[in-house]
Amino acid sequence: MEIPYTVKARPDTGLVNAKLGVWLFLASEVMLFGALFSSYILLRIGSVEWPHHVLDVPLATINTAVLISSSITMVMSWASLMEKNFGKYRRFMGATILLGLVFLIIKYFEYTHHFAAGEIPSKSTFFAIYFTMTGLHGLHVIGGMIVNSYFWGPGSKMWKTQPERFTNRIEVAGLYWHFVDLVWIFLFPVLYLL
Amino acid sequence: MDASHAEDVRKHVRIYVSVFVALLTLTVVTVTISYLNLSVVPAIIVALVIASVKGSLVASYFMHLISEKKLIYAALGLAAVFFLALIFLPLLAMSDRIH
Repeated sequence: MEIPYTVKARPDTGLVNAKLGVWLFLASEVMLFGALFSSYILLRIGSVEWPHHVLDVPLATINTAVLISSSITMVMSWASLMEKNFGKYRRFMGATILLGLVFLIIKYFEYTHHFAAGEIPSKSTFFAIYFTMTGLHGLHVIGGMIVNSYFWGPGSKMWKTQPERFTNRIEVAGLYWHFVDLVWIFLFPVLYLL
Repeated sequence: MDASHAEDVRKHVRIYVSVFVALLTLTVVTVTISYLNLSVVPAIIVALVIASVKGSLVASYFMHLISEKKLIYAALGLAAVFFLALIFLPLLAMSDRIH
C-alpha cells in the first residue's frame, strides 16, 4: 500500500503528512519538557538555597556551540538536497551525526566527573532535576542520531528512487533535531548559568 | 533545477549562516553576563530573554516557522497555551504559600 501525501501536499491541510505528524509530535514534546521546566520552577522557589555556577560552565558553553553547529549542518544537509547535491548532503549529515556524538562525549565527561565527586541525583534537589532534564535531553540526542544515521546510510537509497520524498524526510528529521537544539538553548541558562 | 530556484537556496543558506553567527554571539553574551553577579531577578530575566531570542531564531529560520501553514501555527498555539499554564502553575503555588 502506498503511503499518501509524502510529496504532494494534502489539499485540506496544505501539508505533506510527515510534516504535520512531526509538528504534532513536537507539540507533545513541548508539553513533556514543559512539565519538567514547571517542576524545576516549583523545586527552585520551594528550596532554601540554590547552587550557582556549580556545573562546568565552559564545558557546557562548548557543548552549546557544538549543538548549534549541528543545527546548521542539519539545515545545510537539507539545503544540499534542494540543490540536488547528494555528496554535499552526505557530508553535512555526517557532520551533524559527529557533532551529536561530540555533544554526548562531553556530556559523558561531565556526568562521570559528577559521579566521582558524589554528585548523584540523590545528593540534592538541584542534582535530581539536573540529571532528569539533561538525561532526557541526552536520550533525545541519541534518538535523533539513530534517525540521522539511518538517513545518512541505508535510508539514503531513497534519493535514487524518490528524491523529493527523501528531501521531505530530511526536512522533518531536521525539525526534530532543531527542537532538540532548542530545548538545550533553554536548559543551558536554566541549569548552568542561573 | 532552474536558476531562480538555485538563487533561492543560496539566499536561504546566507540566512542560515547569519542565524548561526547570531546564535553563537548570543551564547557568548549570556555566559559573560552570568559572570557579572547580577542579582537573581535581573539575571533570570536577562538569561531568559536571550534564550527566547535564540529559541525564536532556531524556530523561525532553521525550522521555517516564519512561513508555515496555518494548521501548524494552530497546533503550536494550542501547545503554547498549555505550556504557559504549566509554567505559571508553580507561581500560583508560591502565592498560596502558608506562612
